[in-house]
Amino acid sequence: MYSKEIIERFKNPKNAGSLRGANAVGKVGNAACGDIMKIYLKINEDNIIEDAKFKTFGCCAAIASTDVACDLIRGKSIDEALKVTNKDVFNILGTMPAHKIHCSVLAEETIRDAVEDFYKRKEKENRKNSK
Amino acid sequence: MRKVYLDNAATTYVSSEVLAEMLPCFNTIYGNSSSLHGFGREASAIVDRARDRVAAAINAQKSNEIYFTSGGTEADNWAIKGIAHAYANKGKHIIVSSIEHHAVLDACKQLESEGFEVTYLPVDKHGLVNIADILHAIKKSTTLISIMTVNNEVGTIQNIKAIAKTAHEYGIIFHTDAVQAIGAVKIDVQDMEIDAMSMSAHKIYGPKGVGALYLKNGVRIENLISGGNQERGKRGGTVNVAEVAGFGKAIEIAVRDLSINQQKLRAVREYFLTQVQEKIQYIQVNGHPHQKVNGIVNISFEMIEGESILMLLDLDGVAVSTASACTSNSLEPSHVLQNMGVPDELAQGSIRFSFGKNITKSDVDYAVEVLVKAVAKLRGISPLTKAGRK
Repeated sequence: MYSKEIIERFKNPKNAGSLRGANAVGKVGNAACGDIMKIYLKINEDNIIEDAKFKTFGCCAAIASTDVACDLIRGKSIDEALKVTNKDVFNILGTMPAHKIHCSVLAEETIRDAVEDFYKRKEKENRKNSK
Repeated sequence: MRKVYLDNAATTYVSSEVLAEMLPCFNTIYGNSSSLHGFGREASAIVDRARDRVAAAINAQKSNEIYFTSGGTEADNWAIKGIAHAYANKGKHIIVSSIEHHAVLDACKQLESEGFEVTYLPVDKHGLVNIADILHAIKKSTTLISIMTVNNEVGTIQNIKAIAKTAHEYGIIFHTDAVQAIGAVKIDVQDMEIDAMSMSAHKIYGPKGVGALYLKNGVRIENLISGGNQERGKRGGTVNVAEVAGFGKAIEIAVRDLSINQQKLRAVREYFLTQVQEKIQYIQVNGHPHQKVNGIVNISFEMIEGESILMLLDLDGVAVSTASACTSNSLEPSHVLQNMGVPDELAQGSIRFSFGKNITKSDVDYAVEVLVKAVAKLRGISPLTKAGRK
């Protein structure tokens, strides 16, 4: 039912944990639905994602999806990261039950939410500086 | 890798006594039990004996009140739809609990699509149906009440005799799904005033694909399968002699060994729970505190999700189950826990451990060790884990 890649990433996620110095956090889902994904980003002055980590409440596919998402955006510019879609996540993970595909969609949404958070924080900072 | 099977409420292995009973039916006593010749009569004698054994195990008045089916699901479907249809001229309202097995709930949905009215009774936080709610739900048009004897997810035992008496006061037929109850609690259909009861073999060390419906003589039911006079013409088709023989033996043993098995399972359950409660914080045990079977323990683990717990345990050889979102094909948490008022986030993190009669202390120790590791690992990567709560 699950691919080897999903099981491996579930068993030994490379990117699990919080991130020291993170300046953006994305969060989607709720416990009632069975999935909460959180992605922490450290974005440098050139808008490059230096590091990405995740914390996930959810099934194997949810945990594996966020782990892949972190790999896909690390080292990329924000604009490039926004181009990452659930298909990219899905392609790396391989086969999963049909009703689990939404996990890869949630991973994509979490990346977007993190980027949004980054811009919000930046805006706030700019406003503060201009006062 | 070490393997520990803690999913006996899903299915059990076939015990060697049962297997020995079945084997000759495949190639020695292979006649068609409906045939008139010696080969047939030999097979027929085996089927008769199995029917007698099932009847004796539940104290049915007569063996001809036992109808073999392909299992519990078929028996539930047949009972709900067959009885509702047979009494449709009297009324089209039936009452079931909201925590029934899907075999009952989905059969009810089908009846609703045919114009029947179904009341789904609430349960309390322990999973018990309240008699007052039944009285409140009964109408002139009510023909059938169906309440499961033991819930398959949390193990709560209903007050079946009182419910059956209530039904009969109003001239309503009472059916119970006793699939999880056989071998776990004493069943006496006469004393408990049960009119119809579903049973299955593969939860009691018998084979898969066979079960029975007990139907008290005098209770009407629509025929299930046309095309033969088997099962008193109600369910046509050549009888699966080996399976039926296995079921007969399995239920005989289940009843014979009930008290010794339950004594053992009670000790296992208590040891397991003590260990888990000692080693893992932030958990909730679901089900009734004492009106429950010993073989089933349902625990919600806060801050983490059930399927991921199941998978981590599986990677270490420990088999459990979850009724939460991910194992079934829906994303909804267990309808049983939801109806018991367990919050969704806790229902999502629930695991059912169900013990078999051959379990050892060292099995339990291994399972607890693996569980402690899995819970800690998942809480370590959960966004719901607050500092200091692991």
